[in-house]
Amino acid sequence: MTPVVEIRNLHKSFGDLEVLRGIDLDVMQGEAVVLLGSSGSGKSTLLRCINFMEEPTDGRVRINGDLVGTERGGRMQYREAELCRLRTRVGMVFQHFNLFPHMTTLENVMEGQVIVLGRSKEEAKSKAMQQLSRVGLEDKAPEYPARLSGGQKQRVAIARALAMDPEVMLFDEVTSALDPELVGEVLKTMRQLAEEGMTMVCVTHEIGFAYHVANKVCFLHEGRILEQGEPQKILKSPDSTRVSEFLEGHSLFKLPD
Amino acid sequence: MQHNWNFASVFAYWDVLLIGLWGTVYIFAITCVLGLGFGLVVGMMRYSKAWWISYPARVFVEVFRNTPVLVQIIWFFFALPVVTGVEVSAFTAAALGITLNTIAFSAEVFRGGIQSIEREQWEAGKAIGMNYAQTMRRIILYQALKRMLPPLTSRGIEVFKMSTLASVVAYSETLHQAKLIASYEFNPIEAYTVVAIMFFLVLLPLVQLTYVLERRFGKSD
Repeated sequence: MTPVVEIRNLHKSFGDLEVLRGIDLDVMQGEAVVLLGSSGSGKSTLLRCINFMEEPTDGRVRINGDLVGTERGGRMQYREAELCRLRTRVGMVFQHFNLFPHMTTLENVMEGQVIVLGRSKEEAKSKAMQQLSRVGLEDKAPEYPARLSGGQKQRVAIARALAMDPEVMLFDEVTSALDPELVGEVLKTMRQLAEEGMTMVCVTHEIGFAYHVANKVCFLHEGRILEQGEPQKILKSPDSTRVSEFLEGHSLFKLPD
Repeated sequence: MQHNWNFASVFAYWDVLLIGLWGTVYIFAITCVLGLGFGLVVGMMRYSKAWWISYPARVFVEVFRNTPVLVQIIWFFFALPVVTGVEVSAFTAAALGITLNTIAFSAEVFRGGIQSIEREQWEAGKAIGMNYAQTMRRIILYQALKRMLPPLTSRGIEVFKMSTLASVVAYSETLHQAKLIASYEFNPIEAYTVVAIMFFLVLLPLVQLTYVLERRFGKSD
């Protein structure tokens, strides 16, 4: 079976700083993968390399078997048009929601469908309403983002990404900017997506979410995947002392016995 | 000091003033549209990461922002024909000077406005598959325009008043017409006072219009 996301020997440097030092990762259809690691471990950069918000310095990324970029003289080259097409297949949700403030909730969810996918307004609208009801916000369709709570904004952002019918969804610390009482509604939405079989890769500090929802947890350290496997294994009895230190230091770490 | 105010001697030439007002509105409309339009282009060029796009734009802005429009107009009218051998009308010389100056100033407003939009908005556009042009047009410019409306309004007012500089090459706008009246009737104080009042009466409603625009843009707040 072809992985939805196949990453081979991925490297990323910012100037002299090498953030990713050779990552190999497969994400299979319907899998929910959580990337853990302390800050600076490269987990967000890895996520952003999957939809090419950052261009890798070296390595290969395949989405459902399609190699991204063209090889020329041993180096990969990426054209804007190709990356734009790729990003319609790989949805992304951000820490700070990044909704378009000048558009209503409905327009936010319709925008990419109409402008990028070329769907008709009617089709885009019905699709948008479908996704908004999926995240439980169809009644907020005519509101502007400024009138929504943080949790609602984030769920709209999820609906906006889903409306493009992506093959995989990337979540970049999507609950980190939320008030604690709003975290639950967003995690619930993500859990529901995972249960519906959406393939997803999440950078998160919610260890509970990783434990209950993820099929696979990857622990990143200094630009490499130090340990990966089932959450029950990694989170309860990790091989590496580095991982146990991380988990111990994590104040939110509460696991059922 | 004694002065017998005699505005009737100005109003007797209302048709002369009307021609001037038309001349003012005409040159304003053309220089404003061209100035803001090309200003947007130059502003986006200034914002570009490619030096061979941003650098010429920067040179353009600095040259025309830091030289007096009055001198430019005179130069285009008298020197350009000498250099190129092509006759330049008073209107063309004046419109050219005012337009180039407007491009330079509004380019800086546009650049600043575009830069003021958070990087996250670019990323959000990118993440749903939009290319640079689509993100710029649909996401960035709209939001930037909202922030730029007050400085652009000031620019527009400035351009309208700058049109009086065209009188230096005898283009028949309001000030030039008033000068004609003043030289016939020896009433410069009254004639120029009327010019000031005319400008005020035309500009005030125009500015109200931009407040309506600002409210329209503000409906998403």
